[in-house]
Amino acid sequence: MDLKPRDAKDLCDAVAWAAAEGEALDIVAGGSKAALGRPERPGRKLDVSALRGDIEYEPEELVLTCGAATPMREILLLLEQRAQILAFEPPDFGALYGLAPEGGTIGGALGANLAGPRRIKMGAARDHFLGFSGVSGRGEEFKAGGRVVKNVTGYDLPKLVAGSMGTLAIVDRVTVKVMPAAAKTRSVLVFGLEPAKAVAAMADALNSPWEVSGAAYLPEAVARRSAVDHVSGAGASVTAIRVEGTAVSVAARCEALRTSLGTFGAVEELHSMRSVKLWREIRDVAPLLPDTSAALWRVSVAPTHGPAVAAAVPGADWFLDWGGGLVWLATPEAGDASAGPIRASFGEGHATLMRASAGLRARVPVFEPPAPGVAALNRGVKAQFDPRGILNPGRMFEGI
Amino acid sequence: MLTMPALDQAVLSRREGIVADLRAIVPGEGVIDALEERRAFESDGLSIYRAIPMVVVLPSTVDQVARVLKYCKQGNIRVVPRGAGTGLSGGALPLEDGVLLGMAKFNKVLDIDYANRCARVQPGVTNLGITQAVQHAGFYYAPDPSSQIACTIGGNVAENSGGVHCLKYGLTTNNVLGVEMVTMAGEIVRLGGKHLDAGGYDLLGVVVGSEGLLGVVTEVTVRLLRKPETARAVLVGFPTLEDGGNCVAQIIAEGIIPGGIEMMDKPAIHAAEAFVHAGYPLDVESLLIVELDGPRAEVDELIASVDRIARENNAVSSRISEGDDERMRFWAGRKAAFPAVGRISPDYMCMDGTIPRKKLAEVLRGISDIAKRHGVGVANVFHAGDGNLHPLILFDANKEGELIAAEKCGADILRLCVDVGGVLTGEHGVGIEKRDLMPAMFDEDDLATQMRLKCAFDPDALLNPGKVFPQLHRCAEMGKMRVHKGQVPFPDLPRF
Ligand SMILES: Cc1cc2nc3c(=O)[nH]c(=O)nc-3n(C[C@H](O)[C@H](O)[C@H](O)COP(=O)(O)OP(=O)(O)OC[C@H]3O[C@@H](n4cnc5c(N)ncnc54)[C@H](O)[C@@H]3O)c2cc1C
Repeated sequence: MDLKPRDAKDLCDAVAWAAAEGEALDIVAGGSKAALGRPERPGRKLDVSALRGDIEYEPEELVLTCGAATPMREILLLLEQRAQILAFEPPDFGALYGLAPEGGTIGGALGANLAGPRRIKMGAARDHFLGFSGVSGRGEEFKAGGRVVKNVTGYDLPKLVAGSMGTLAIVDRVTVKVMPAAAKTRSVLVFGLEPAKAVAAMADALNSPWEVSGAAYLPEAVARRSAVDHVSGAGASVTAIRVEGTAVSVAARCEALRTSLGTFGAVEELHSMRSVKLWREIRDVAPLLPDTSAALWRVSVAPTHGPAVAAAVPGADWFLDWGGGLVWLATPEAGDASAGPIRASFGEGHATLMRASAGLRARVPVFEPPAPGVAALNRGVKAQFDPRGILNPGRMFEGI
Repeated sequence: MLTMPALDQAVLSRREGIVADLRAIVPGEGVIDALEERRAFESDGLSIYRAIPMVVVLPSTVDQVARVLKYCKQGNIRVVPRGAGTGLSGGALPLEDGVLLGMAKFNKVLDIDYANRCARVQPGVTNLGITQAVQHAGFYYAPDPSSQIACTIGGNVAENSGGVHCLKYGLTTNNVLGVEMVTMAGEIVRLGGKHLDAGGYDLLGVVVGSEGLLGVVTEVTVRLLRKPETARAVLVGFPTLEDGGNCVAQIIAEGIIPGGIEMMDKPAIHAAEAFVHAGYPLDVESLLIVELDGPRAEVDELIASVDRIARENNAVSSRISEGDDERMRFWAGRKAAFPAVGRISPDYMCMDGTIPRKKLAEVLRGISDIAKRHGVGVANVFHAGDGNLHPLILFDANKEGELIAAEKCGADILRLCVDVGGVLTGEHGVGIEKRDLMPAMFDEDDLATQMRLKCAFDPDALLNPGKVFPQLHRCAEMGKMRVHKGQVPFPDLPRF
């Protein structure tokens, strides 16, 4: 029988009961990321989708508080009315998981610590997660953080909970930092670069004073799948550099970038709508989605190391974001879907199997296996927050 | 008054043996035993609290740190890490039965990697030292506490320090990519690296800001940023505090995120002007410095907008800097605000709450009432962009009862910050200073959850005990589940 708490009090009761019975819970809000993580799922669902709404939005204070299961769509619409955004550019993985678009909740985006191309300038979900209240696996309600943008009172538990995939606590209310939306966006495209050269060009742009907010590289075969004609019709690889800001500022910065990037290859500019469309594709991994049978990897490494990760699986489709520091790879599902060569291709970093069949996700570690010392700390943290192991057990790591 | 953990007599009675054992791990001058030399470490920037450590150890390698911690764990000896000792909340206050572990010898920049926009440094490198190592190439490290000449990056990581540029560039936590850390058990772990996001549990995220309670940081990987093309500032005077506050709100509502927005109240303006003659208007109730940095075209455009917004909010004076000299002059008064206040008062204490900005005028009036009630003076400087308020309480410690009055005044001010929806500390940390005020913000379960995180890293509470948490509980006790099988009825929930 599934449980569906109506409010925080219900949630607390439900978890306290489950803790007492040692009954593991499969925590679901929007269900948009059900296929993310290891396939091991307890039989009893805890549907938290009712813990939504009750939005307290204060644009001048740059904060928004709401129920954790509030649909992302609702929040983004509200912010748009005041020309504000979630600066970490949460991706919409509806298409990636073969679901309807925009089905995610704010709690889900925080719980998975997602971020789009703007990660390099503005941080990930973790960096915008200011506070929450929730229930630990002990069935105790607690809160952490605050409702102001600058706060160092006590441990930064929002950071710990961000990306913990519901394995440490069930969050019922969250406070996030919001930021002004830029008035204008434009991109400079550089055509025909080899991967290493492209990373050098992106580094040149990112190391300039022009406040670049996106730097991605699409090999020719991947660029061809873009819905933006300048990109798909390029007949060459595309290196894209984004700037955002006021009209005057964006124009001046693009001009400077065209001059410096012109030394790497032929350049062109993408304006407003086309630029927005291209970065949405990159954010949502659209160019790698046509092959629905492939396994999808998301690899975070030092930017200069991106090309080496891409080269680890000859013949695979891939592209780079974050100036080279984020590699998206689509590999055939056979065997370990190249988990071995991918994870052996970097020393520092982490590879996550973002989409794969349940069978593959059972065979291959979905999240990067931590070093033994870190794994021991992870187990210790889990044991403190959820001693009975009832919150999404096994979703991230075996035994956690 | 403040109570610290009861002295461990068993440890104190073994003192000589412990010193000898530590000497075997850290040879030469790395172990400081003489009383007069230990006295140099008796306090940090919160100098009203002092304690002479049992022994001071200054390791110079990670291996030494690991062996010292392992030894202390085995011998049940408490350890307090220390950077430069500029902390303002007593985080590095020594324990009389503990080892003070000074990280000053870890002072090397290990690797500068412009292609990946990061640097690897040892924790004893100063905050400014990082910028100095990369500025010739046009880069800098963004968080800039006023103490940046002296404070260490290890201390910054422990406190999650800020500065005047936080709203736009973030605090330490947003600018640190990775750390190497030694746990109390002597395990060396690496969290994060040159890549973004730690992957798995974000232990890096909780280690930053953990005030030296979770581990001893032995290496830090920081993000480097390219220096902005230009920076310009506006100096604006307002007839009331409300006008200044409204001006800040409107700047942000119009979508402008300045590099820095600082505000001072009348007593702070007067003290600063008398000290450095920055040319501040004296007939205003609040003064705002708004600095915009970035590409020249953008800065020139936005500075005009800020000037317009200031006038729309009743500014009585508004001046835009023409060149770096004038900009630095605007800042000179603000940057000297603490010593300036030090000239008009024998002693002062710096508070550090954060409030929702819209409550500014209400809170400043409240602070003024509180100060009157306790018979002390107060001047306010304010990181207005992010709502981080620094009331400076003015008193004379040599006068009977004034120190206690000042402390009570500080506690009341911080309670007021929490009451209006803010927090106890925006950048200085809890330490011992705000430790006993934690219950004003967190209830028992909130604190227990935080303390349990500590248990996962340091189950014997040997690393920096007595800081941050008002009460020490044994981990075994806190580990117990409150509910037991059968005691909680099946919850009355709708099912589907
Ligand atoms: C005049 C003045 C102005 C200041 N201005 C600001 C400001 O603008 N913004 C701001 O945020 N702060 C400010 N501070 C506070 C202080 O400078 C910061 O908190 C700073 O980060 C402390 O660094 P430190 O090296 O002096 O650390 P310490 O004071 O030595 O230690 C601080 C804490 O860090 C721990 N610690 C130190 N090193 C390590 C390590 N390697 N591993 C683990 N734990 C460690 C200690 O145990 C302690 O709990 C100011 C202080 C002064 C005196």
